[in-house]
Amino acid sequence: MKILIIEDEADLRETIKESLVKEQYIVETADDYSIALEKVAIYDYDCILLDIMLPKGNGLDLLEELKKMGKSENVIIISAKNALDDKIRGLALGADDYLTKPFHLAELNARIKAVLRRKNFQGKDCIELGNAVLDIQERTLNVDKQNVHLNKKEFDILNYFMSNKNRLITKTSLAEYVWGDNIDQADNYDFIYYQIKNLRKKLEESNAEIVLESIYGVGYKLAEK
Amino acid sequence: MKLLNRSLVYITTVFFVVIGVWSVIFYFNLKDEIRDSIDDGIDNNRLLIIIKVESDSTLLLQNEFGGNNFKIRPISKQEALTFRDVFKDTMMYRLNENDLEPVRILHSAFERNNEYYKLTVISSLVEEDDLIEDSFWSVVSLFLILVVSIIVVNNIVLRKVWNPFYEILNQLKTYRLDKNENSIEINSKTKEFIQLQEASNTLINRSKEAYFSQKEFTENASHELQTPIAIIIGNLEMLLESPDLKDKDADIIAQVINIAGRLKRLNNSLLLLAKIENKQFFEEETTSINEVAKSLISNYDDLIDFKEIKIEVLESSDLMVKINNSLVEILLSNLIKNSIFHNKKEGKIKIKISAEEFVICNTGNPKALDSKSIFNRFVKDQTKTQSTGLGLAISNAICKSYNLTISYEFTEDLHCFKINFKNILNLD
Repeated sequence: MKILIIEDEADLRETIKESLVKEQYIVETADDYSIALEKVAIYDYDCILLDIMLPKGNGLDLLEELKKMGKSENVIIISAKNALDDKIRGLALGADDYLTKPFHLAELNARIKAVLRRKNFQGKDCIELGNAVLDIQERTLNVDKQNVHLNKKEFDILNYFMSNKNRLITKTSLAEYVWGDNIDQADNYDFIYYQIKNLRKKLEESNAEIVLESIYGVGYKLAEK
Repeated sequence: MKLLNRSLVYITTVFFVVIGVWSVIFYFNLKDEIRDSIDDGIDNNRLLIIIKVESDSTLLLQNEFGGNNFKIRPISKQEALTFRDVFKDTMMYRLNENDLEPVRILHSAFERNNEYYKLTVISSLVEEDDLIEDSFWSVVSLFLILVVSIIVVNNIVLRKVWNPFYEILNQLKTYRLDKNENSIEINSKTKEFIQLQEASNTLINRSKEAYFSQKEFTENASHELQTPIAIIIGNLEMLLESPDLKDKDADIIAQVINIAGRLKRLNNSLLLLAKIENKQFFEEETTSINEVAKSLISNYDDLIDFKEIKIEVLESSDLMVKINNSLVEILLSNLIKNSIFHNKKEGKIKIKISAEEFVICNTGNPKALDSKSIFNRFVKDQTKTQSTGLGLAISNAICKSYNLTISYEFTEDLHCFKINFKNILNLD
């Protein structure tokens, strides 16, 4: 899987790159408009991370170019601008997703995985790990083809973990994922802890080959048994 | 009060006073003039009678008025010599009117063949009450005619004259800074209106500049701060994944990630506040408060179950308002989230939606909050360190931008927040 990061901020670019390399992707980077345009014209990428504010040009213009080439459907816009206009324009130009900075790496991972799944397994939006199959569209979990009932938040949490296999997910990141943007009370960890506890019990009872491990007491990691 | 009516009130008041004073003066002048001419007539009569008496002595026997307008009575010489002509107003009985009527009377004395006589001549006077009544109604009708004609003139002529003013007013009222509209234009050759147009356009251009530079600033500030925060969070998360980390170090890193998260939320909230106050959310749609509230509550179902909170939604009416979609969601979700997070285990939440109000009450700390400072920025529950203390300030800013009233009350151990949507009800 080849991913292109178009981002002018060197530190952020490197951090994202490091994180994506860990996921076994082939990662290339571009730090301004013209380099980016050159790369997207020559190569095909499975996913493109696109910053809107770029030196020598605007990310949205690049998106327009991509659309002309028919390559805009696997673009995730990463922007510090939470401006609604940009978001709407970006999505109208065919971008797949819009992620506002700052974000957690786990969140970015989950979004990239979603784009890749949609691109590569047409129509069938599932994550498979061991004997566990998470159907994103139907919002169901099957272990050994047996349905395991999950409530809404348990499903969201498991989805997040399964998109970040073997990666540490901090409680903060998990809380923000569960509660969404602009949440003012992310310190409400009791509930998260309770959901994780239930989820573990359900996975264990259904003999799933995945397990949620606690790491340093600061977060969790999903691993295959 | 409308401009037209205001000028009408002033003109009417002035007319009322001027016509009132004028009619009093006019009345007295008229009365004096009438009296003068009557007095002259009586005096003339007196001379005629005295001359006639010379030739017709039978007139001297006329000691009662009878049908005539004079009477003669003999008096002593002494009395006659001290007598001075005197005019007086008096009342006399009139047969035809069967009432006492005012008459003008002249007492005089004359001498004939060394005999002295007192002569009294009368003339009927204008009936004063009739005069007052007649002139009063004439004055009133004059006043009314004047007022009516001013109204007509005001409405037809002045409306035409003031038309450019109303045109400017209408254009200003509907002017939207964010839409980059053209300048205000009117068709007028009146100097003052052209000046008003120019002043309005100068003001608009300045506001536009301020609006766009502020909008640019909020967006740039967002960009400039969000990217470093993104780098901090990303790097720390990578660091946390390195294999040879001690528990203690991991804990510190997690804490810093947490703080960076707080920084992010703080930044987002302040930007949101700036945008609301800068009125950058302008698209309005008809929205059902009932629907928004219910869908938000369903988002928190699991948490509500977890805290074993009983939630009760009383809808006595469908509350439809015209508001920006994002803002109404932020407004209600802030209140609903607060009612969950600040609630106690097995607590209660009561939501009441009526024809123009949304009320949300919850159990929690059994002590009233300070209803004055609660909507201020950075007022927060000290035990909740992660809170930015901006949630209610944002709700308040949203309410303010739509002219809604939001209030807090602590009754029967319930913390209640009430929003009145009266000003933006959708009545179609």
